[in-house]
Amino acid sequence: MASIEMRNIVKQYGDGFPAVNDVSLDIADGEFMILVGPSGCGKSTLLRMIVGLEDITSGDMIIGGKRVNDLAPRDRNLSMVFQNYALYPHMTVYENIAFPLRLAKMPDDEVRRRVTEASDVLELKDHLERKPANLSGGQRQRVAMGRAIVRQAEAFLFDEPLSNLDAKLRGQMRTEISRLQRRLGITTVYVTHDQTEAMTLGDRVCVLRKGKIQQVASPRELYEQPVNLFVAGFIGSPPMNFLPAHVEGGRLQTPFGSITLDERRAAAIQGRDLLLVGIRPEYFEDASLVDEAKRPLGSLFRARVDVTEWLGDSQYAYIPYEAPEAIRNQLRDLSRELDAEELRTQAIVSIDATSRIREGREAEFWLDARKVHVFDPQTGENLTRDAEAGARLTQMATEDRVEQVHEAQAQGTTVGGGGASRAGAA
Amino acid sequence: MRYLFRPPATDGAALLSLPFHLPLEQWDPELLLEVPQRGISRHVVRFTAQGGHVYALKEIPEPLARHEYALLGQFEEEGLPSVSVLGICVDRPDGQDAVLVTRYLEYSMSYRYLFSRPHGEHSAEQLLDTMVVLLVRLHLAGVFWGDCSLSNTLFRLDAGAFTAHLVDAETSERHPQLSPGQRRYDVDLARERVGAELLDLQFGEMLPAYVDPIEVADSLPVRYEALWEEVTREEVFALAEQRQRVAERLQRLNDLGFDVGEIELVTDPEGGARLRVETRVSEPGQNRRELFRLTGLEVQERQARRLLNDLRAYRATLEQKLGTPVPETVAGYRWLAEAYQPVVEAVPADLAGRLAPAEVFHEILEHRWFLSEKAGHDVGTTRAARSYFDTVLPRTPKELTTPSAIVGGRD
Repeated sequence: MASIEMRNIVKQYGDGFPAVNDVSLDIADGEFMILVGPSGCGKSTLLRMIVGLEDITSGDMIIGGKRVNDLAPRDRNLSMVFQNYALYPHMTVYENIAFPLRLAKMPDDEVRRRVTEASDVLELKDHLERKPANLSGGQRQRVAMGRAIVRQAEAFLFDEPLSNLDAKLRGQMRTEISRLQRRLGITTVYVTHDQTEAMTLGDRVCVLRKGKIQQVASPRELYEQPVNLFVAGFIGSPPMNFLPAHVEGGRLQTPFGSITLDERRAAAIQGRDLLLVGIRPEYFEDASLVDEAKRPLGSLFRARVDVTEWLGDSQYAYIPYEAPEAIRNQLRDLSRELDAEELRTQAIVSIDATSRIREGREAEFWLDARKVHVFDPQTGENLTRDAEAGARLTQMATEDRVEQVHEAQAQGTTVGGGGASRAGAA
Repeated sequence: MRYLFRPPATDGAALLSLPFHLPLEQWDPELLLEVPQRGISRHVVRFTAQGGHVYALKEIPEPLARHEYALLGQFEEEGLPSVSVLGICVDRPDGQDAVLVTRYLEYSMSYRYLFSRPHGEHSAEQLLDTMVVLLVRLHLAGVFWGDCSLSNTLFRLDAGAFTAHLVDAETSERHPQLSPGQRRYDVDLARERVGAELLDLQFGEMLPAYVDPIEVADSLPVRYEALWEEVTREEVFALAEQRQRVAERLQRLNDLGFDVGEIELVTDPEGGARLRVETRVSEPGQNRRELFRLTGLEVQERQARRLLNDLRAYRATLEQKLGTPVPETVAGYRWLAEAYQPVVEAVPADLAGRLAPAEVFHEILEHRWFLSEKAGHDVGTTRAARSYFDTVLPRTPKELTTPSAIVGGRD
């Protein structure tokens, strides 16, 4: 296991286009880092530079304290997991896991020790003597994982591993990968375009846009304290709503009525005129269902509902709103960049599943003003971000991770991590 | 459902009546063909015969199917040795995966067959060299295979030697040029795959005892590096030996099965010269084209060279007999009708399809030479063919029979 440090990494192609532009990122030993962003953001290129598939134009790639820019992929001792794995029909599950070690001519008892260890963690112990033909989809993927584990690689790398699986297996594998990473405590870099995958898997998530890092933070910090419009719009499903707003006497005038901000946020937008206010769907509620005690914390407004979507445990209402052309264009560009389909001049609001609000009718909504963010429409900057609060969220996530890794180590489930089990490693 | 077919679309049309709305696993066995020569696949693969041609059907997610369809199309146009893609079927009901349809590579052999019974001339080393040629060729063209394995390679006989073809391009990527890292990664992956596939044969007790999977696999990167160096290196030599060195280099590249594009020779004032050749990815196809022009036969390069030699000899004999020059097109036509076709049509029905007709003809020419040596005089093609059908061809196992011949025999 090792840390991965990137210092001012640039990848420039022949045409001069910088696919990755001055990326500096520290991935801690044992950390699960997600690289996420829409297509063309540079996430896969970055991963390939870690592996050694792409030359690094400038900057330093440091793995386990060693600069690896000029090392061949094989000498970096990393493991690309699930990359087109094959199962061999005449070999037992044991041999299907062991063969990379066989090819490295490792002594039998060391092979046995490593495969046994890996199969314990993977819960494949009872299948070791079987042929792979009868394994389930999930078990097959675990065999592939086993191969990566026995190599005792410095880190696991995943490049959109689940994108070609069906929905059921995808969910299953997500849980599996997350559980294993925790148990093994192995440094992991995982590339995805799917923000849900990013949010559920990572200790920290690195959001990229056009080759540049936008924000590196825990999923909760990204969600609650995004640095800009891009991150705010990318993270969260359904996405954050962006409404045009004018500042009038310290209050925000929006198509959904006026919003009063606390002192800190009011100060941050002082002297501004046209702004974008970002409101997540769950900050809304059917006004008739809001607690008397909570009511004063937000504002009320009436609007006509276009469509409602009842999903059993939750419900969404779609409320169209007017926006000046400049804002409409801006939002259109943003959704295009985020690979999103909707043109966001309608708000998606979450209401209680029991709400009787019906489509085509006007209804009263309550809006929780405490968590809204205000963005500069030109630069996209989040003017009201609370950096300290954000840092606290990421700190909490880090503490959780460290604790889990310690626990795993105490239980002896880490593979190749401790001094003793490291002995056989090359 | 939506079907996308490459020309000639008539091939595709023959497949439209198949029940693409059903998962391949549920297709009526009557529609399918058992093909024994199979590698390991992660996907459901089935074979079917329509209009005398055999097709492979593979169920994979639509983005992968579209990707592979586009790439295989490119490869074919550029003359890279790969299977030929026919089309894809997407938007199948109930969210089923897409189906990619490729033409079955007739007279091809899988590694399972070749490694499980290597004899003299088909050594493991020879097969690996063939595979390495394919990998180098792909790399020169900027193709990162991402899944180079024996399972994804098919071998074909070409006048006694082998050629290798790429079967699976699902994970391949196209780049203007590959980085050293990409090439090395591909080679490392190939080494590991080959090792595992041979180990698998060993566990299945299908590998001869003298083949060591690890040794064979370990030799792959070495062979690859040697060939890569051979075809891409810049040479420095004295100007005086220029002519000879250039000729040697070109001959060497041709012998290795590579075509040469541009040659760049840079001289320096001290009388030295630096030679850089642009090695082309396509196979040299001069003989193939020539034979096709004269006879309409489509065969592989080495086979074509062999057949052309026979055609030329035939023409000379003809001219001698007639006492007048014979135009080459006339000679081509008469050779086809009087020499080639009678021989390949004489293959007994129960032996048909075991080897490609051009390969049979090549082997008969070899056999004729062998018999003539023994007899001390030329025994002639007819007698050689008869002896060959009786004693040599039956030694080629029945399981090698190409699927279209099986289908043809059924009609």
